[in-house]
Amino acid sequence: MNLRVNWIGFKTLVRKEVIRVVRIWVQTIVPPAITMTLYFIIFGNLIGRRIGMMDGFDYMQYIAPGLIMMSVITNSYGNVVSSFFGAKFGKHVEEMLVSPMSNATIIVGHVAGGVMRGLMVGGLVTIIALAFTDLHVVHPLITFSMVLLASIVFALLGFVNAVFATKFDDISIIPTFVLTPLTYLGGVFYSISLLPEFWQKVSLANPILYMVNAFRYGILGTSDIGIGWAYLIVSVFVVALFTLNLTLLNRGIGIRE
Amino acid sequence: MRALSIQNLTKTYGNGMEALKGIDFNVEPGDFYALLGPNGAGKTTAIGIITSLVNKTAGKVEIFGHDIDKEVEAAKACIGLVPQELNMNLFDSVLNIVVHQAGYYGIDRKTALVRAEKYLTELRLWDRRKDSARNLSGGMKRRLMIARALIHEPKLLILDEPTAGVDIEIRRSMWDFLRRTNEAGTTIILTTHYLEEAENLCRNVAIIDEGKIIEDARMSTILRKLQREVFVMSLRDPLKEAPELANFETFLNDECELEVALNASDDLNSLFKALDQAGITVLSLRNKANRLEELFMGLVERKQQSTNGQAA
Repeated sequence: MNLRVNWIGFKTLVRKEVIRVVRIWVQTIVPPAITMTLYFIIFGNLIGRRIGMMDGFDYMQYIAPGLIMMSVITNSYGNVVSSFFGAKFGKHVEEMLVSPMSNATIIVGHVAGGVMRGLMVGGLVTIIALAFTDLHVVHPLITFSMVLLASIVFALLGFVNAVFATKFDDISIIPTFVLTPLTYLGGVFYSISLLPEFWQKVSLANPILYMVNAFRYGILGTSDIGIGWAYLIVSVFVVALFTLNLTLLNRGIGIRE
Repeated sequence: MRALSIQNLTKTYGNGMEALKGIDFNVEPGDFYALLGPNGAGKTTAIGIITSLVNKTAGKVEIFGHDIDKEVEAAKACIGLVPQELNMNLFDSVLNIVVHQAGYYGIDRKTALVRAEKYLTELRLWDRRKDSARNLSGGMKRRLMIARALIHEPKLLILDEPTAGVDIEIRRSMWDFLRRTNEAGTTIILTTHYLEEAENLCRNVAIIDEGKIIEDARMSTILRKLQREVFVMSLRDPLKEAPELANFETFLNDECELEVALNASDDLNSLFKALDQAGITVLSLRNKANRLEELFMGLVERKQQSTNGQAA
């Protein structure tokens, strides 16, 4: 592998993604900011006042980390799936496929673009959250590393979705029917200790629960699950999904005849 | 070392369709090579395999000595592709499209910007560099794809019907540009439906039909195989009927336009002698149809007849 070619190729992909996100900022940045503002107003402010304390924090504080993580997850995923599927649909994926850039670089470049948008939106949602409540980051390293890893996981998942997608419906099915339910049931709005024992155990099969709780632990210092488990699960997902994507591209699945 | 070497290349698609049935051909460095064939003959599949956009079923492909199975990245670095269909992000600016492509080939941004100015200027697109590609005309988009394919200065440029749908003026200017590119040392492989284009530009030609190479030779050698040519002549003085010329079949289109058919064994001197003896003065003449087109149709028809004969 030619390192220089791949390094410049990687930088080009990231640059291209930044240009894309900024060019269509009305579609990429504004909607999550509006949605999250509404969540903070309705769930945090209006309904939250009646809910009272959750795990020792007022409800607005409790849901803020989950909402930040939710916006990071959905935007990392959405950026990669729309960018790579758009490239397939418009056939400009061929610009990358005919080049000497490796498949690993194509994946990492798109994932970096997804992470960049996820963190950009996450930062914006954090600023919005600060307008509603106080957030003091208890464990900065855990906070940052977990949001970064979760963003990578969902960017990689978005890439898998884009590789298999053949029409625009295919890139909305997974976010609508899988990602959103898992996120809502992943402890964004509640502690799983509120659930009956059976549903607590079922919830433990949801990987988003670990990400949301580890991130919440980083900010508030409270979590429903062990942080070590969260890192283990997220790391396994990163390795497994990257390997899966690389195998798919090397075999030409979804991109070559 | 050959610019391109293809040995026993086969491709069978998932639906069982055999697009390539063991083709062989070689392209020498510096050549301007035409790959011709009717729709569905296998040209685009062959190009897809050479450029790694299509997985081959069997066979060997080497680009400047790099086997695409063993040194795919080195092989890819040698090639610039202008595909048949538009394959660019139409929402990107013209400049970004070529500069990003350079980046994928490991060319730093500073160098890429210098080259982008060079190629976009040569292809008359520099003034439109900030425009979205979607705002360009069809001919401009085609030229943009050529600029994009050249930005990493490939040794081998492959053009899959590059002038499809562009007007005559732009087509001629693209021919001039491609000739200059070839003269500067770039090996060029061209597929086209405009056989006049291949005849004008290419030194060697392969004709592919139903996944097989049915001719592979120098353009001049192939054109010598023409059995019959028809010339259209403009006459100074009007005629009432087609003249009877010894050994030549004639047909009067109108009183001042005469068609004369020549067999491969006839020469133009004999024709003009016969015309002179008949007192006919010719002001100008042209081929009725493109010569390569006639040959191409003849080859494909002969092959079909032989296939039908075998089936019967």
